[in-house]
Amino acid sequence: MLTSELKQKLIQIVGVENYEDTKATRLVYSYDATPNFQAMPDAVISPRNTKEVSEIVKLCNQHKIPIVPRGSGSNLCGGTCPIEGGVVLLFRHMNRLLEIDEENLTVTVQPGVITLDMIKAVEEKGLFYPPDPSSMKISTIGGNINENSGGLRGLKYGVTRDYVIALEIVLANGDIIRTGGKLAKDVAGYDLTRLFVGSEGTLGVITEATLKLIPIPETKKVMLALYQDIEAAARTVSKIIANKIIPATMEFLDQPTLKVVEDFAQIGLPTNVKAVLLIEQDGAPEVVENDIQRIADICTAESAVSVQIAKSPEEAEALTTARRSALSALARLKPTTILEDATVPRSEIAKMVNGINKIAEKYQLDICTFGHAGDGNLHPTCPTDLRNLEEMERVEEAFAEIFALAIELGGTITGEHGVGVMKAPYLEWKLGREGIAAMQAIKSSLDPTNIMNPGKMFAKESRKRVVVAR
Amino acid sequence: MTTVKEQQIIQAQFQERMNQDELLNCMRCGFCLPSCPTYIESGFKETHSPRGRIALMKAVVDGLIEPDEDVERSLELCLGCRACEPVCPSGVKYGHLLEEARDIIQQNKRHSLPVKLVRNAVFKGLFPHQERMRMATGLLGFYQRSGLQTVTRKTGFMKLLPENLATMEKVLPTVPSMKEMKNRPEYLPPHGTQTKRVAFFKGCLMDTMFLESNNSTMKLLQLAGCEIVIPKNQTCCGALHGHSGEKDSAKDLAKRNIQAFEELNVDYIITNAGGCGAFLVDYDHLLEKDADWNERAKAFTEKIKDISEVLYELDFHKKQKLELPYQVVTYQDSCHLRNVMKTASAPRVLLESIKGMEYREMKDADRCCGSAGIYNIVESEMSMQILDSKMEQTKATHATTIVTANPGCLLQMKLGIEREGLSDKVRAIHIVDLLIEASA
Repeated sequence: MLTSELKQKLIQIVGVENYEDTKATRLVYSYDATPNFQAMPDAVISPRNTKEVSEIVKLCNQHKIPIVPRGSGSNLCGGTCPIEGGVVLLFRHMNRLLEIDEENLTVTVQPGVITLDMIKAVEEKGLFYPPDPSSMKISTIGGNINENSGGLRGLKYGVTRDYVIALEIVLANGDIIRTGGKLAKDVAGYDLTRLFVGSEGTLGVITEATLKLIPIPETKKVMLALYQDIEAAARTVSKIIANKIIPATMEFLDQPTLKVVEDFAQIGLPTNVKAVLLIEQDGAPEVVENDIQRIADICTAESAVSVQIAKSPEEAEALTTARRSALSALARLKPTTILEDATVPRSEIAKMVNGINKIAEKYQLDICTFGHAGDGNLHPTCPTDLRNLEEMERVEEAFAEIFALAIELGGTITGEHGVGVMKAPYLEWKLGREGIAAMQAIKSSLDPTNIMNPGKMFAKESRKRVVVAR
Repeated sequence: MTTVKEQQIIQAQFQERMNQDELLNCMRCGFCLPSCPTYIESGFKETHSPRGRIALMKAVVDGLIEPDEDVERSLELCLGCRACEPVCPSGVKYGHLLEEARDIIQQNKRHSLPVKLVRNAVFKGLFPHQERMRMATGLLGFYQRSGLQTVTRKTGFMKLLPENLATMEKVLPTVPSMKEMKNRPEYLPPHGTQTKRVAFFKGCLMDTMFLESNNSTMKLLQLAGCEIVIPKNQTCCGALHGHSGEKDSAKDLAKRNIQAFEELNVDYIITNAGGCGAFLVDYDHLLEKDADWNERAKAFTEKIKDISEVLYELDFHKKQKLELPYQVVTYQDSCHLRNVMKTASAPRVLLESIKGMEYREMKDADRCCGSAGIYNIVESEMSMQILDSKMEQTKATHATTIVTANPGCLLQMKLGIEREGLSDKVRAIHIVDLLIEASA
């Protein structure tokens, strides 16, 4: 609970209408999109500008009150769940697109801007912001930066990190700093911009960002290839890259996912195939045409049982239905949907998918795997029910084993969702004790009072490492 | 104010009656947020979003919070437009959750005497009785025709009413005479070769205040080759009751309607009001726990179809010559027609096939106009805020004709036109009336 004196001071900063602490308001900011995490904040504050953020942070620092910056609360790692109470910071007033600079090809935004709104605004000027997390319709840029969000186009275009070139940040002591600039080259000191991207609100509050843009690709084309075995699909992915073609997206769906999607959407997908690749290429028309043809040839050579190139935008739309329906189809099966993002080098995809299927069998769970094959970022997804405690225990064991397998294959526990509170117990598996210590050193020097989103990233206790039986 | 005692009872009933599977089905992904008008208009407050409201309902069930006035306020401010349902990956039936929660709160709330009297008079005394609906509309007709309207307006009496009620009075249609309302057909033959045999659900408000639109609907059906039966013993659909926490009255009305239509041997039951249609197609849910009625309700709901949908299916727009003088026309979706009955493209196809005029889609045509049953009266501030945003979008199309498919939306659009001072340039019209105009 905040003292009434502190409450009054906070109200003085943001105005009474921007300070809320009714039970109902605290309840609706007690969660994000992560299943099974809920904790009430003490207050919810909506600052109107950077100065107000700085004043709030200073006060909280003085009184050791936790601060959780929150965009739309669509993250999947418990990143915005206020597990230690404190203050939730909302950016509903700081949601303006400040500038599109057509000479320097940049866009400058406040953190509360909805990702898709910004994408649409820059596309109107013939410019392109490639990171496209599936939640972009609702996620905010601030959230994307804090989680270093990925998306479907990661393979060819990279992720959020690759587009953030300047930040305005309020540090835990209330200092306001600016990093980077509208610059392609800038080696003046440590690269704090990169440090803050993906820092999950644990180091400071991002209050403004400048993002790099590129010219929008002229055209795009979509194709679908079906396979009787996962290895062939995985080989195709590697072959395409080895042939020096980088598709814009290369999405993968395994058989359990296909069955669920077909059940749900009834779009005539063959459920007897083991894997599907959905490939999209963009660029100049001749290049796209040529690439898609070569990709189709590679698919056929790698024994795809069917290769289909969309001839019209409508056909392209139909082909992408399967991938787009995956989440809806899975989410409808059972009340709880656990969606993970274990990631491996793309050469290891077949091993990873087969491994996941074996783990699912071992723990008698339904795990469907789909995801971004081009960059090895998979989404093993388990439809389950929180109320079934015995099954939930098996789910946890299975995912621990999946993370261990990913690391063993040279991968990581999270490719794009972030660590938050959910994967904090596994972070040491990936980084080792020394790696964690290095990160903690950064954390404690920038946030000595531990008020910035406490309880995230670093677990009180690491999970015991699972040994994968081979 | 709800007392602590009342809160405890409400909480217990939440635990007993709310569908817990459905509450848990919400995975809190937030995909519903951009579709929610009150979330946007409240300045992105989670308490006024579908995800927030479901979380509040669940928290009451789980005992995390009490159903205090803030929870109640959050549920009250919902339009019930159900735009969150088509975008939900998990397919959460939000509308059903909302209805149940509101019903629990209503039943256990001690209303002040005046509110109780008005609720009783409207929900039990007026809407279920067609002859009284005629009387009420007739009174309005008397008011309009007798000169009383002119006198009232001149004396400035209207200034005593809240701004939007006073404007509302101006935009009400000129109502038909008592005689017209009383002599309604019970059977109409098709024009030309018969294509379908249909029953017409005439609705309570549609068959009195919006009688002309009902006549247009029947004429269109005849032109499309439908033989029409209009059973006399049908009654109000019960939507207003259901949405206002009067579920038991709604169930009674549903049973009466099922009885009135089930022996008619028709292909479809046609409605021309999205709000009624959406409630009618949900009868099987309303009566799901009533073993004697559930099957009968299912048979009934399978036949419900909106007029646009059946005209489209019968190729009316290809067979009938449709033409209008040049004008720009835009279409405002009826939320319930679009989100619950899933009729979105049929009305647009029909409009686009009218020659001579130009159809322009407005931005966010699928966003609620703020009418939402009696919402524009009980939540007038939010409703007017939503309406103002809507009018901005209609103005951007430069349309002079705004088409709707539901009486509530129609009145709201008329209200918007009046508020913007555009009544000499822009009109709002029900799609059936425009189609009749184009068929002449």
